[in-house]
Amino acid sequence: MTLALGDPAPGFSLTGTDGAEHTLEGYASAPLLAIVQSCNHCPYVQAWEGRMQALQAEYGPRGFRLVTVNANDADSHPGDSFEQMVARAREQAFTFDYLHDPAQELARALGSERTPEVFLFDADRRLAYHGAIDDNRDDTAVTVHYLRDAIDALLDGRRPQVGETAAVGCTVKWKAPLPG
Amino acid sequence: MIELLYWDGCPSHPEALEVLRAALAAAGRDDAIVQREITTQAEAEAAGFPGSPTILVDGRDVDPAGALLTPAALSCRIYLLPDGRPSPVPSRQQIEEALAP
Repeated sequence: MTLALGDPAPGFSLTGTDGAEHTLEGYASAPLLAIVQSCNHCPYVQAWEGRMQALQAEYGPRGFRLVTVNANDADSHPGDSFEQMVARAREQAFTFDYLHDPAQELARALGSERTPEVFLFDADRRLAYHGAIDDNRDDTAVTVHYLRDAIDALLDGRRPQVGETAAVGCTVKWKAPLPG
Repeated sequence: MIELLYWDGCPSHPEALEVLRAALAAAGRDDAIVQREITTQAEAEAAGFPGSPTILVDGRDVDPAGALLTPAALSCRIYLLPDGRPSPVPSRQQIEEALAP
């Protein structure tokens, strides 16, 4: 089940493409934390990646942290393996952390369904916005900047006007259940 | 024959159908579009389905080079727009070129 607005952020300890372990507590100094369900292979993710980079660059100095997490099953989608994640992070010069969730525990705790799918947590690490980054995967056709508006609201001490939108993208690639 | 192969786990096929219809209209054609859903990995492999959506014009992929790069899979397919941006659907230009005699 997907987290509801106001729910606490689930804890995690995941390896990033930088080789370090990253935990929820490790981001405690950031007033805002966006966890974005992501991956390598999805064209929707790739279409939005530049905007994720831009948001991190613009709002990072104000304490916003964007963290992407890939939980996709690399057996069915080898392009989403940890090695491929490291390669993509390097090629694209990601300015945000890119974490691997091979047990899919964080994805399940968030209730993620799509890539990309945003979970924005406030300073108390309560879910303040959930859904799409904006209203169009074509960056030349965007009219509503959902995530940017939510960040602006929270940094101004307000609740986001729009708390939830439908994430548009590829499905999370869950592992096949074990037989028996 | 114009075919649209898709996998329902990827949300891009309605947009691909729209772009395909626009390209056909621009070319003055009223061909029927055969839509075929791919539901299993075995079907994807049998059909040489490199991801959703895949558009075939008389059996030829509208992005033949891209199709060769991707193994058959139940997955969303990546197209590159003329300006180099990634996209989940082919550009109208790509389809129009494939439709050209």
